[in-house]
Amino acid sequence: MKILVVDDEQDVKLLFEQRFRREMRSGEMEFAFAHSGEDALEFMKVHHHEAVLILSDINMPGMSGLELLKRIKKEYEKPPPVVMMITAYGDEENFNTAKQYGADDFLTKPVDFTVLKDKLKTQMS
Amino acid sequence: MHFEFIVLIILFNYLRKKLQTKTLLPQWDNVFQYGLYVAIALLIIDVMVRPLQPFMQWVAHAIILWLVYLLLTKKEFLPVKSIVYALLPGVIINVLQDVTKLINKKFYTSWQGYYETAFIFSLVWLIAMLIINNKQQKALAQEQLKAAEREKEFRASESMKLLLEAQVAERTAAINKQKEELQQTLLELKATQKQLIQSEKMASLGELTAGIAHEIQNPLNFVNNFSEVSSELVKEMVDEVEKGNTAEVKAIAGDLINNLEKITHHGQRAANIVKGMLQHSRSSSGTKEPTDINALCEEYLRLAYHGLRAKDKSFSAKFETILDNSIGKVNVMPQEMGRVILNLINNAFYAVNAKALQAVAAPAAVKYEPTVTVSTKKVNGKIEIRVADNGTGIPQKALDKIFQPFFTTKPTGQGTGLGLSLSYDIVTKGHGGELKVETKEQEGTIFIIYLPNSQA
Repeated sequence: MKILVVDDEQDVKLLFEQRFRREMRSGEMEFAFAHSGEDALEFMKVHHHEAVLILSDINMPGMSGLELLKRIKKEYEKPPPVVMMITAYGDEENFNTAKQYGADDFLTKPVDFTVLKDKLKTQMS
Repeated sequence: MHFEFIVLIILFNYLRKKLQTKTLLPQWDNVFQYGLYVAIALLIIDVMVRPLQPFMQWVAHAIILWLVYLLLTKKEFLPVKSIVYALLPGVIINVLQDVTKLINKKFYTSWQGYYETAFIFSLVWLIAMLIINNKQQKALAQEQLKAAEREKEFRASESMKLLLEAQVAERTAAINKQKEELQQTLLELKATQKQLIQSEKMASLGELTAGIAHEIQNPLNFVNNFSEVSSELVKEMVDEVEKGNTAEVKAIAGDLINNLEKITHHGQRAANIVKGMLQHSRSSSGTKEPTDINALCEEYLRLAYHGLRAKDKSFSAKFETILDNSIGKVNVMPQEMGRVILNLINNAFYAVNAKALQAVAAPAAVKYEPTVTVSTKKVNGKIEIRVADNGTGIPQKALDKIFQPFFTTKPTGQGTGLGLSLSYDIVTKGHGGELKVETKEQEGTIFIIYLPNSQA
């Protein structure tokens, strides 16, 4: 399963590559990165036939993570990709909106990668 | 002839009236009154008792000469001296005539014609003197009248002067009171202005809070996770050292160095955000210091965006920077200039959000991509900072007022109306720069700051 990480922070790529280096080396996890909602939709146009898990930030310039979630869940229905949301604002409104749009999980920053790793494994299994 | 008696009657009467002896010289009034009665009595005796005529005439002469002496010597009779000069020739001729008649009647008879001619001349003299005196009296009376009028006018002007002085004093007191009241009002206004400026600062700080939280969480996320992953890498490195796998040890050491740089970078990023927040809330020191305007623009653009996003979850916009690195550090008051940039960016986001809401409400779906762009560059030796948006634009009728204090187009409670007014003062008065605006309704607005290029 390919994991698409969507975040406008450039260093996210390096962080994921280091924290999941063992999983990446073993081929257990494969990561792709997009720096905006628009980039993520472009990625999905090409890879929608593959099993993709999307891990998206909410607050990004341009298209927000919530908008991306809404469009992904609407455009790719059968089966809809798993989408996990990450945000610096762990407030109730964001959480409820994400749930309403069909988010499969919700995490707040700073991310505990041990927890994230477990959640990813659960979603992928 | 009863010339002497008639002269006496006229003279006593004249002196009493002219000198107003009854009121002004009461001690002489009785004398002149009795003199008048004596003159009348002498005239009656002179007419009735012919043998006594010569005696009566001499008595009359004596009284006349006594009167002439009095009028010429006493100071209080000065105003009537002219009548003595008028009468004197007639009196002298009359006395000489009577004396000559008494001493040498023959001589008198032969000279009688001359005496009579001289007496006629003395009468002409008397009449001329009386006419002249009368004219002088009239002129004097007129002068006195004028003097009295002038005195009256002077008194009137004096009283008017006093009245005006009193009014001036009254007005001066009122003006001083008003001045004191105005000074007090000015002090109160200055205090209120300070409070309002502080309120504006705190309001914009409040809007930033959520943005600040977001912007600190992100670097914190990196600091935490790069630290954790680094400690894992150190353990791995120890394992690889024990195995003697030098190549892997070197690779892990490279990663560690990279991670430490990231930790420093993101730690610094969080520190800068906190520093910026403190600077924003703090009063300006009023001193200019070398400031990275580009960093300021970048930082406040992100903070403003995330602040608005936190307030309104439906809000979303594209934001970009086109920054000219050659501008270097510019001497500005960082907290003040940061406040201006933040205010312009907040306004820009507000405008694009308003237009986005209009686009959603439009019957036909309108493709609209809200965008805010902040750019810097050097222009003709000045530093130019542009905050551009493709929002609603500013209506022409509001354009003239946007820099006026308390003018706002935002709904009540959403804007203090001080943001642009304070920004204008900070740029123009605080930094000797210019703040301009270009706008087109429904197309967007560009605020342009020009700062003198006082590079550090």
